[in-house]
Amino acid sequence: MPNALIVRIAIVVIAVGLLELLCRLGVIPNFTMIPPSAMAQSLWKILASGKFSHDIAATLVNVGIAIVAAMAAGVAAGTALQGWPAARRTLDPLFATYYAVPMYAFYPLLIVIFGLGDFPQVAIGFLLAVMAVIINTLNGLDRVPAVLLKTARVHRLGPLAAAWRVRLPYAAPYVFTGFKLAVAYSFIGVIGAEFITSSRGIGYEISFAYNNFDNPVMYAMILFILLLVITVNMSLHVWEKRLLSRRRRA
Amino acid sequence: MKWRDPLILVVLIFVVWQVLYLLVGDVALRSPASTAHSLSNLLSDPRFLPHISETAIAFAQGFAIAVVVGLLIGLPLGAARFAGEVAEPILVALYSIPKVTLYPVILLMFGIGMPAKVAFGAIHGIVPISIFAMNAVRNINPTHLRTAQVMRMSFLDLTLNILVPAALPEIVTGIRVGFSLALIGTLLGEMFGSQRGLGHLLMQAMSLHNIERILALTLLLVVFAAGINALLLALDRRLHARA
Repeated sequence: MPNALIVRIAIVVIAVGLLELLCRLGVIPNFTMIPPSAMAQSLWKILASGKFSHDIAATLVNVGIAIVAAMAAGVAAGTALQGWPAARRTLDPLFATYYAVPMYAFYPLLIVIFGLGDFPQVAIGFLLAVMAVIINTLNGLDRVPAVLLKTARVHRLGPLAAAWRVRLPYAAPYVFTGFKLAVAYSFIGVIGAEFITSSRGIGYEISFAYNNFDNPVMYAMILFILLLVITVNMSLHVWEKRLLSRRRRA
Repeated sequence: MKWRDPLILVVLIFVVWQVLYLLVGDVALRSPASTAHSLSNLLSDPRFLPHISETAIAFAQGFAIAVVVGLLIGLPLGAARFAGEVAEPILVALYSIPKVTLYPVILLMFGIGMPAKVAFGAIHGIVPISIFAMNAVRNINPTHLRTAQVMRMSFLDLTLNILVPAALPEIVTGIRVGFSLALIGTLLGEMFGSQRGLGHLLMQAMSLHNIERILALTLLLVVFAAGINALLLALDRRLHARA
């Protein structure tokens, strides 16, 4: 739908332009928000100077660890639970209430237990992300047609081989949806945790700049996070669509 | 039978907690029993009640705004197909960004205190409620609408007999998701820019290394969130089963 795309881009451009105008005219005072063009300029300067390269790298590494761990643990747990219906039934209320629990409430506890290193942040990202992978893996595995499972039995595949060669590949698109959510949740978890308390990272730099009334730096880094997360999510979305259309043709 | 699995689960969680406590000891954790005790002490402390009501008021306002604004955005977008198509990716992008990042902006706009907390709770809840509301309206069976046309139903009849029953289950799902997120938003708001409320107490306990307090507050929040979610989930499932 290129038509919808054009209107969408137009809306975003108009919104940003309006913000720019309101800031330039002083309707929105500069100590509240700086014009978007100034944000972009400041971001460009910061990135070019490499001032925050350490923080950006630290955040990305933590997000990356959380994502990979959540993917691995989520697929493993989902596959195991699918083969153990009694456990799954017992845990079902946990799945249903998991995202209702304010996960950040556990952050102080994690800090007390593990100290103020990177681990508590990674843990929050992981905890937020892993359940999405588990739920979507289960959802995918539930849809594997019985005939494929029978074929696996005919070929005398063991449970592990059957999971690896038949069930997980069939469930792949659903698992991918879980991965996509895991990426978004890991960013939310890690950056949120950095905001609450941390000693480095993008979230830390934003709250540091906020406390020092350093609006150019603060808005530049906020812009950076928003652009980064939206770009990553959009790319995954496009990739997912391509995977699905390939499968439909096959 | 229906209550057996949740019961086993709750017992299981307390067993895991107790075992964890036996492993790490008093340095980092308290036992479930002593946490329950300190929570009941906290709840009977008159100085604690204003904090609870502060959080409750902020959350109630934020959630109410999220529901009203979310429906006002979502319902028309569901009815107007093209507008919905334009807006959906924008809404999804807004849903996936870490909204904590916007916290300084909210603080600069509203100042420290109640309005900032309410706004922060609201922006967390609005997007999921509007996405679910949009899909609820969009997925109404067109045959039903055409039948209504043939029967020359008045707009009021159409709304009461077709639109509401058809869209309500999904809208309730959206409200359930929005409820959890608005609560998280309110608490996050209190953690950063507030001198009162449960989120503030949590931050304070963290900087004082007061494990007992942290655990008691966490337990309170988890029980509250899980309890309300269970109620909404039951309503949600009943509505979906009927549809």
